[in-house]
Amino acid sequence: MRLGRSAGVVLTAMLLASCSGGTPDDGPSDLMGSGTVAPAPDEITGDLTVFAAASLQGVFEELATTFEEQHPGVTVALNFAASSALAEQVNAGAPVDVLATASASTMEQAAAEVSDPVTFASNTLVIVTPSDNPGVVTGLADFADPDLTLAVCAVEVPCGAAAEKVFTAAGITPAVDTFAENVTATLNLAVSGEVDASLVYATDALGAGDTVSTITFPESAEAVNDNLIAAAAQAPNAAAAQAWLDLVLSDEGAAVLTAAGFDLP
Amino acid sequence: MSDGQAGRRPGQSAHAARPPLVLLVPGLAALVFLALPLVALLVRAPWSELVEIVATGPVAQALWLSLRTATTATLVSLVLGVPLAWLLARGRLPGGGVIRALVTLPMVLPPVVGGVALLSLLGRRGLLGEHLDAWFGLTIPFTTTAVVLAQTFVSLPFLVLSVDGALRGLDRRYEDVSATLGASRWTTFRRVTLPMIAPAVGAGAVLCFARALGEFGATITFAGNFPGTTRTMPIAIYLAMEQSPQAAIALSIVLVAISALVLILLRSRWLTALGSTT
Repeated sequence: MRLGRSAGVVLTAMLLASCSGGTPDDGPSDLMGSGTVAPAPDEITGDLTVFAAASLQGVFEELATTFEEQHPGVTVALNFAASSALAEQVNAGAPVDVLATASASTMEQAAAEVSDPVTFASNTLVIVTPSDNPGVVTGLADFADPDLTLAVCAVEVPCGAAAEKVFTAAGITPAVDTFAENVTATLNLAVSGEVDASLVYATDALGAGDTVSTITFPESAEAVNDNLIAAAAQAPNAAAAQAWLDLVLSDEGAAVLTAAGFDLP
Repeated sequence: MSDGQAGRRPGQSAHAARPPLVLLVPGLAALVFLALPLVALLVRAPWSELVEIVATGPVAQALWLSLRTATTATLVSLVLGVPLAWLLARGRLPGGGVIRALVTLPMVLPPVVGGVALLSLLGRRGLLGEHLDAWFGLTIPFTTTAVVLAQTFVSLPFLVLSVDGALRGLDRRYEDVSATLGASRWTTFRRVTLPMIAPAVGAGAVLCFARALGEFGATITFAGNFPGTTRTMPIAIYLAMEQSPQAAIALSIVLVAISALVLILLRSRWLTALGSTT
């Protein structure tokens, strides 16, 4: 899919017509006025739609800026939601180029619609407490204390399944007060001081900065959560999808992921 | 009925011709628009596994909790909401318009934000909650009380508006006569006003119950999610959606069926209420 590059509003209609198969590009930024310069052979244009797990928001927004600098002809549209919801949308025929999930099982849900998923990052659980740590939490064992107010993710979402694994590994029966609906809600309960401690991903804890205190624990190794990425089998913009995968898996992508608290495979 | 057609129900008039097309077509379109998504849900439902999914302990537990909390929230709304509606309609409150707008705010507020608002007030570090915790060791979030509070917060306005509308549409002369005959304002309210607005109170209570039963956002934000204590049906449905949309649909059907049953049981009351408030 290659857009005819011509300046001038009168040519907009022609431009739209030449954009076959994809979403019409009507942003003024694409009317670059670059005259009749022939595009380089590897130049990619059009729209790139990336569906990604909510936990990848910071990283992917940063990479999208980099990507648009590297490929000025491409507009990246990012959609963040729970991995399971995204998998459901991909299965329902959403026009997506790339899917990135926060777990292998959610990628498996969309297996028929994606090609060759690869693990590009992983994430482990940590304990977060309000910054002043009112419950004097020191480790995972404190999650068995019924006097503390404690939150973990619901077992139905990936961070909850991971929490269950580490409790089993540690032989702890947790005295949880609430099973939050997603990792952000779990984190926010600690940030707002409503609970004495929450179990969240290392990336979420890093993102919360000084608003929480973070405690790592050895049992987290029992529940390493892989992040997978794949191009959609029916990607409307397959070339851009491949370029996005290349960027995420590059050294540059690795640096952004590491800075956000992800481990690399 | 005060329209002079004594003994004749609306729609039974001998002169009633076919409804005009300008009303019939959009009216039927509205009906189809409301009913068709539910029909689609029924078609997609995993009927063969329905009983198996629904008869599990956790589902019965969530349903029982939902019925208990929604009923309590409705009772609290009745006890507090009818007096508030009377104050709005009859109390000659200064700034009554502003107060009426305030009452409707929880209806337009996204429920999740309502939950955050409740946490800001009653949470462990909330305006009031901080002191409740420090002085009495009382924490409200993550308790069944919090569920009832969240449900009442979002459903109370439905009752207040319904009763307020009925009161304002009421013929004041009955109350005036009662007062002339020497009845106190409380006696007038109890013996004259309340019986006349009873259908609107009933209709408001039904709306209130239905809203409380379906409440999700404020509940999960303020009360959290724990089986048996705070995991209501809408929360169970939301979480089931994360793993098995089929199970979520099955649970939704149970909730829709219960709501429909309640609404149908109170149908006559509902229709009477509409008749008396117009």
